[in-house]
Amino acid sequence: MKLSEFFSMGGYAFYIWGSYLIAFIAIGGEVLLLWRRRHAQKQVNFSLPESKYDEKTS
Amino acid sequence: MTKRKFNWYKYASPANFYPLAGKMIPWFAIPAAILFIVGLYVGFFVAPTDAQQGEVYRIIFIHVPAAWMGMFLYILLAVYAGIGWAFNARLSAMMASSISITGAMFTFLSLITGSLWGKPTWGTWWVWDARMTSTLILMFLYIGFISLQSAIDDPRRADRAGAVLALVGVINIPIIYFSVQWWNTLHQGATIRILNKPTMAPPMLAAMLIMLAACWLYSIAIVLYRLRFIIVERERGAAQVAAATAGI
Repeated sequence: MKLSEFFSMGGYAFYIWGSYLIAFIAIGGEVLLLWRRRHAQKQVNFSLPESKYDEKTS
Repeated sequence: MTKRKFNWYKYASPANFYPLAGKMIPWFAIPAAILFIVGLYVGFFVAPTDAQQGEVYRIIFIHVPAAWMGMFLYILLAVYAGIGWAFNARLSAMMASSISITGAMFTFLSLITGSLWGKPTWGTWWVWDARMTSTLILMFLYIGFISLQSAIDDPRRADRAGAVLALVGVINIPIIYFSVQWWNTLHQGATIRILNKPTMAPPMLAAMLIMLAACWLYSIAIVLYRLRFIIVERERGAAQVAAATAGI
């Protein structure tokens, strides 16, 4: 199979590659937005409180 | 001294679940990335051209898993929201908020890819078919849940309001699932049924199931990742209270 033949997808290139491009943008975008939220959150200095359930069981 | 028992309640506390979630993420994220690559390879290089549809059917490798995830995640969201509401469990409610974004993303993806498949196959981007309409309603339920949560300032009240919406909306899931049987409209029936043999070539089925597994693993990883941010944002107040009262 030739490369150009593969990319033309039997004439459905727009629909197939369009679908996968949107999927890539949607999933990649979700990861990227969270990745950026990480930097925004880093500027706040705080620590989580100790839990009352910690090491209590015997 | 008796044998130390594992305390399940320990991880119901957001502060204790936070580091555990962090450790779990790579165990889901890395297999997800590998399975996405394997699934796409099988879908594009191993699966044969469809006899009726030609190449365009290859959209189903993302369309079907996305549509399934949209429904699965909604059920999961409703369960977590319900537990959070019934038992006043903060972490459960945070989980529901975290799931809502990923669920909305997959539902959006299923609508868009379905549309891109429908245009060359049915000759139309959209029809008010039973399954498509009920999936659109699912999208609105996700959007409603997300906007309701962000519209209410008090997070505990937002959790309860969201839980009511999520639980009422569960009725839509069987409607989506059985829509192709109840109403004989444009969307085709199920290709994969639990009791019958699937009516598709094994490599096609394999590609779809690998992509579904990848979507599941991805969802778990991203939901845990977002959950950690939600924990930090919501528990910040608790941390400040703990710090302020530490000396008393």
